[in-house]
Amino acid sequence: MRNEVRRNLFTRRRIWIYLLALIPALIILTHVIFDRNQPSGPALEIDTQVLAGIVQLYYFRLGIFFACMAIFTWLFRGEMVERTLHYQFLVPVRREVLVVGKFLAGAVVAIALFETAVLACFGLMYSRFGSAGKSYVFDGPGFGQLGSYLLVTALACLGYGAVFLALSLLFKNPIIPGVVIMGWEAIAPIFPAWAQLLSVTFYLKHLCPVSLPITGPLAIFTIVAEPVPAFVAVLGLVSLTIAILVLSCFLIHRMEITYTAE
Amino acid sequence: MTPDTSQIVFEGVSKFYGEVLGVNKVSFSLHPGITSLVGPNGSGKTTLMNLLTGLIRPSQGAIYVLGLTPQQPIEFFRQVGYCTQFDSFPPGTNGYDFIYRPLRLHGFGHGQAAKLANEALERAGMAQVARRKVAGYSKGMRQRIRLAQAIAHHPSVLVLDEPLNGLDPMARAESIALFEAIAKQGMHVIISSHILEEVDRISDRVVLMSSGYVVAEGQIKEVRREVRDHPMQILVRCSNAARLAAAAFELDHVVEAKILDDGHGVLVRTRDAEQFYLLLNKIVSGGLVEVDAVAPADDDVNSIYQYLIGSDGGPA
Repeated sequence: MRNEVRRNLFTRRRIWIYLLALIPALIILTHVIFDRNQPSGPALEIDTQVLAGIVQLYYFRLGIFFACMAIFTWLFRGEMVERTLHYQFLVPVRREVLVVGKFLAGAVVAIALFETAVLACFGLMYSRFGSAGKSYVFDGPGFGQLGSYLLVTALACLGYGAVFLALSLLFKNPIIPGVVIMGWEAIAPIFPAWAQLLSVTFYLKHLCPVSLPITGPLAIFTIVAEPVPAFVAVLGLVSLTIAILVLSCFLIHRMEITYTAE
Repeated sequence: MTPDTSQIVFEGVSKFYGEVLGVNKVSFSLHPGITSLVGPNGSGKTTLMNLLTGLIRPSQGAIYVLGLTPQQPIEFFRQVGYCTQFDSFPPGTNGYDFIYRPLRLHGFGHGQAAKLANEALERAGMAQVARRKVAGYSKGMRQRIRLAQAIAHHPSVLVLDEPLNGLDPMARAESIALFEAIAKQGMHVIISSHILEEVDRISDRVVLMSSGYVVAEGQIKEVRREVRDHPMQILVRCSNAARLAAAAFELDHVVEAKILDDGHGVLVRTRDAEQFYLLLNKIVSGGLVEVDAVAPADDDVNSIYQYLIGSDGGPA
């Protein structure tokens, strides 16, 4: 796990993932610098909505999605490309343990990165309101919202991570299947409820603390047609993640070292 | 039937990559000692090694290594070490960590893993440069560090895919001495190599491959005896070469008897080496010729390779 964390976190090739995670925070920082000490009240409510939009529309649909695609597809595919995977297959460790170990390593990287990013966004967003912001966070609903965002971010990393890990074991080039998954996640809300159970964002939407007042076509990304309790959504996403990991454990046994074919 | 726990057994093993043949209907058993896989590029040597070590699965057949299969990874990979031909390493690693980390995955504690890693580095002659990044090693050093990693956990079966590539003559000699020492301990050492002279010198057994088929396997002398299409060449150093040549020509099974350029010997090609030796005994005991030395001239891997596979790489 330590090797994987090092490979995925501390490398120049991964700079774009850091940017994916931190760009919203940088934008909010700019906003803070230029709009500091504005009166609270409506501005605070507006910023709360903006933050919800950043998390639900940017992080869930783009940031975490593409970062997990990069991190988790590279766990096995990267070793095939670098011709080092055989070292992992030649140790007395069951391949399922390898899958779980690599998944956890990828999850540590993704969660650490995006939890930090969400925390930074949250902190920066309310910092410009001074005592009003502090009061909103510690005496108001802010702290609970932060907890929800952190939970949802972690679950998003786990869910997408499992999906992309499985895709990397199924396909030599998981980019196109990844795009298909992105499309599926976008249009899943128009499908019956039983089909939506296979969508990561279906569960995430139920856990978001702030609903977005979006109308028109974009509402498909945020509207929850049939709300379920939070614990059911958490359980559902965890179950989906575990089911996909079990599939990955099955797929790893079919994997062969054929570097010349890669 | 319980698989033999002292042998490596291939039972009707075939491997197809789509429509491309890797190996076809390979069946043999290997006893402890040094076995060489010999064949031209694309003959299936690496495929056979990858099958043996579980990196690929057979399309048909079964493989047992000391009674184990790769589906029992915990027991299997404790017994097997594989030095592949792939000259690639985890990015950013140094020589010591390259050996130490897999040892931890083998279940060794920190102290034991460190001891084994240092031991392997010493055996491979890499102790002085162990803390340098592998990316800075020469080709020969990278070959030796991979070898060190393969032997570090003291496997019972050592599989080496072209282990002498890139090594200077001294390193090559040291590596060969290492293989021989390991084989003497009762281990299996399986080597693929193009350097036929060295294969000949160190191997107890040879497996000749061509186009995915095992053309011949066994001890080198046994394999040579089976190659009946090519008469045995026997070199006799003696005093009265012309007399010996004349006597040899009278035998039906002698195809050729050529007097050497220096006049002190005869190169005989015969289809029946045993009968020729009987004749030689008769001639020597009759005092007609004084023999200084007798030796087969073509029971080496190079000759067998040429006869069975040929210089163009296809079956002869």
